Amino acid sequence: MAKVTMTVNGRKVSGEVPGNRLLVEFLREDQRLTGTHVGCDTSQCGACVVHVNGKAVKSCTMMASEADGADITTIEGMAEADGTMHPIQQAFQDNHGLQCGFCTPGMVMSAAALLKDNPNPTEADVRHYLEGNICRCTGYHNIVKAILAAAGQDVSKIAAE
Amino acid sequence: MPKDSGIGAASKRREDVRFLTGAGNYTDDINIYGQAYVYFLRSDVAHGKINSIDTSAAAEMPGVVRIFTGADFEGVGGLPCGWQVTDRHGQPMQEPAHPVLAQGKVRHVGDPIAAVVADSLQEARDAAEAIELDIEELPAVVNMKAALQEGAPKVHDDLTSNLCYDWGFVEDNKAAVDEAIKNAAHVTTLELVNNRLVANPMEPRVAVGDYSRANDESTLYTTSQNPHVIRLLMGAFVLGIPEHKLRVVAPDVGGGFGTKIFHYAEEAFCTFAAKKCNRPVKWTASRSEAFMSDAHGRDHVTKIELALDADNNFTAIRTETYANMGAYLSTFAPSVPTWLHGTLMAGNYRTPLIYVNVKAVFTNTVPVDAYRGAGRPEATYQLERVVDKAARELGVDPIALRRQNFISEFPYATPVAVEYDTGNYFATMDKLEEVADLAGFEARRKASEASGKLRGLGVNCYIEACGIAPSNLVGQLGARAGLYDAATVRVNATGTISVMVGAHSHGQGHETAFPQVVADMLGIDESMIEIVHGDSSKIPFGMGTYGSRSLAVCGSAMVKATEKIIKKAKKIASHLLEASEADIEVKDGKFTVAGTDKSVAWGDVTLAAYVPHNYPLEDIEPGLEETAFYDPSNFTYPSGAYCCEVELDPDTGKVTIERFAAADDFGNVVNPMIVEGQVHGGIAQGIGQALLENCVYDDEGQLLSASYMDYAMPRADDVPFYVVDHSCQTPCTHNPLGVKGCGEAGAIGSPPAVVNAVIDAIQSGGKNVLHIDMPLSPQRVWAAMQD
Repeated sequence: MAKVTMTVNGRKVSGEVPGNRLLVEFLREDQRLTGTHVGCDTSQCGACVVHVNGKAVKSCTMMASEADGADITTIEGMAEADGTMHPIQQAFQDNHGLQCGFCTPGMVMSAAALLKDNPNPTEADVRHYLEGNICRCTGYHNIVKAILAAAGQDVSKIAAE
Repeated sequence: MPKDSGIGAASKRREDVRFLTGAGNYTDDINIYGQAYVYFLRSDVAHGKINSIDTSAAAEMPGVVRIFTGADFEGVGGLPCGWQVTDRHGQPMQEPAHPVLAQGKVRHVGDPIAAVVADSLQEARDAAEAIELDIEELPAVVNMKAALQEGAPKVHDDLTSNLCYDWGFVEDNKAAVDEAIKNAAHVTTLELVNNRLVANPMEPRVAVGDYSRANDESTLYTTSQNPHVIRLLMGAFVLGIPEHKLRVVAPDVGGGFGTKIFHYAEEAFCTFAAKKCNRPVKWTASRSEAFMSDAHGRDHVTKIELALDADNNFTAIRTETYANMGAYLSTFAPSVPTWLHGTLMAGNYRTPLIYVNVKAVFTNTVPVDAYRGAGRPEATYQLERVVDKAARELGVDPIALRRQNFISEFPYATPVAVEYDTGNYFATMDKLEEVADLAGFEARRKASEASGKLRGLGVNCYIEACGIAPSNLVGQLGARAGLYDAATVRVNATGTISVMVGAHSHGQGHETAFPQVVADMLGIDESMIEIVHGDSSKIPFGMGTYGSRSLAVCGSAMVKATEKIIKKAKKIASHLLEASEADIEVKDGKFTVAGTDKSVAWGDVTLAAYVPHNYPLEDIEPGLEETAFYDPSNFTYPSGAYCCEVELDPDTGKVTIERFAAADDFGNVVNPMIVEGQVHGGIAQGIGQALLENCVYDDEGQLLSASYMDYAMPRADDVPFYVVDHSCQTPCTHNPLGVKGCGEAGAIGSPPAVVNAVIDAIQSGGKNVLHIDMPLSPQRVWAAMQD
């Protein structure tokens, strides 16, 4: 067991964890932050993406102990304190970028990381960046559209022939 | 002008806020005080005899609560099959037992052998490793035709063979079909494989069983599309728990696509073990576990023959299909290749004679059952591929050949037992040609060729049958359940409304779309209405969500219940207004005496119902709550035309989807935004089937595609933006909303469009390739082009 301390969504938290405790388990089980999801066991699906020190990380591939001292943001930390959704979250709702909602937290966190690095991506940039996030419901159409909209682009003409 | 509320409005989804902020409540988010965890020890061989299971060492491991094996389920029911098919000789299908944990034999990789319940998952997993298993491996059957050979190893020793049933439809047509094919001017024959798929909702299955000694009540939290069906099957057939002592809750569910319809061993186990251990028991599937325990989909091998006369009119269709059932019969498995497949074989065409033969086969593989479309994609794929091949053989335009044979008058009784109520296949094809810009294709092809690529265009039609019903008919066809649905509209004193619906939303947006309907009927704001679903203790009854049935069937029940509410509310209003009931109109949230300005607000009427001081108590009861059950009189028949444009790199065989367009007729549309999203998702799954996805077993029955590293899920850069249109609307004639259902269309209509397009691209390069089996991987395409 090792003691870990980290900042999660602006709040300092700590806990005793065994060496094999994954960050996603620490967040979901110990911190009860169940917005971060687990959709696979091979680090492919991206439902568990969180930000660790500002970078998008699959929290199923990082030990909790490796995150000792880190600054973590999860989906629960994206909206304002008064409940106002982050512009990316709002763009997902406005553009119907989610259906069952299971992959959504990872999609939003990946999108936030993309737009931080590349504030004005092309459609191809977005599709390429999402290679590590699988969605089974939306066919990606409205996810890509939502992310382009969140980047401030006019999406009203997409696929409207 | 687009509406901004009610039926037809693209209302934003209210459920999105919780999903987008991490506040969703999925089954794996549920943890009950004192819960234990179960780990299932699963077979790693496809077929074997269990000589012994020694759990004594494992039972002594730290944290172990109890270890269960098949012996603990002696005398407990097995997992039931919900549909009995009768074969072409009038005999019932062969129906094997399906124990919760393996008894005597294991029959597929992933078959659960033992279950370790422990304080933690880690301890359960560690203890499972200490179980000593003696399993004698037996030869496995994987290939369906081999499984039917004389002397093939039998999956179930107590059955006469691996043949579940040999079904003929319509058997009385067979001789006439044979004759028509013999005398045809032209017959196009195609042999094809409808590849085995895994549904792969992003949320793996989870079950949490809980038991209360205080009232002898069991609760199961589960990732289900139909909690009442699970309560019925598990309570009545497996564990023998009466309905009033069994609560089944399906909270937020992360996608289903069919595979969460069925009752699974893990659900029964957690419910059973929670009582035996007197502790909540939780199971969460890993993704690899999901690959070897979720029911798979498709897996048909088919030969189809299409006969045409000298004028290219379709005269007959004959098909022979081998349908894989896997090792056991999953809940609705027998119905998929039969009543959901054979009945759709007419498609959009006037073919007077049709005969469908289906041989359902047991193999040492995971059970196969409904996956998005369920039988209808298989019917559409073979039909639309054979029509395309016929056009090529005859040298005619494939769209013109389709148009020439379209059904044009409705209602239309097909030779495969169903009657289409409405449709307009010319209109959707016209619309498709417009939105897909077919006129611009040749220019785009030239541009592709200028860069060394081949470009192909594939078009097809589809017909679907949704909202499977009516109950008295499906009962005759072998269904062991009714297929109605139910809704309760509970109007509160303040005028807000809770609608308890039997449908379950796991991505479809019912919480937004259903209130749009009730709001429209009552003229009140959508935000006053809330949908309650997914909990057998909160809603009266329901058959759940599958087969694009929610709005057509459950939505109709909701309309009927709301009509009852209006009827009673009018009585109250007429009393308050001192007017005749017949003169009361409902509009804009008010009850008005027709032709006057006398009115009473919705809230005053609802308050009067619960504070009946001035109330016609001699005529009606206080309160305002109504329930309706709705059993449809027919299926609904959505239809449409799809177009795919691909670019093919002849050097590598790599196919890229350049454009994809869909023109659907869903009848009336309640929320166009949600409908379009459903089509998008279906198209991506169809493209996945056509180009990427394949569930593969080796000859020994080892599952080779058991993770996302081996099973190719469509990613964002595998698909384009789609053009989807639903402006052609021929409303359903027999349900009150005129809706048809849209959930499966995309997955049904898209695979043949993709394959037709790839064949067209290859042909444009001068190679006479007429068919490639899905998935059209670069390797398969390239190899076909070398022959």
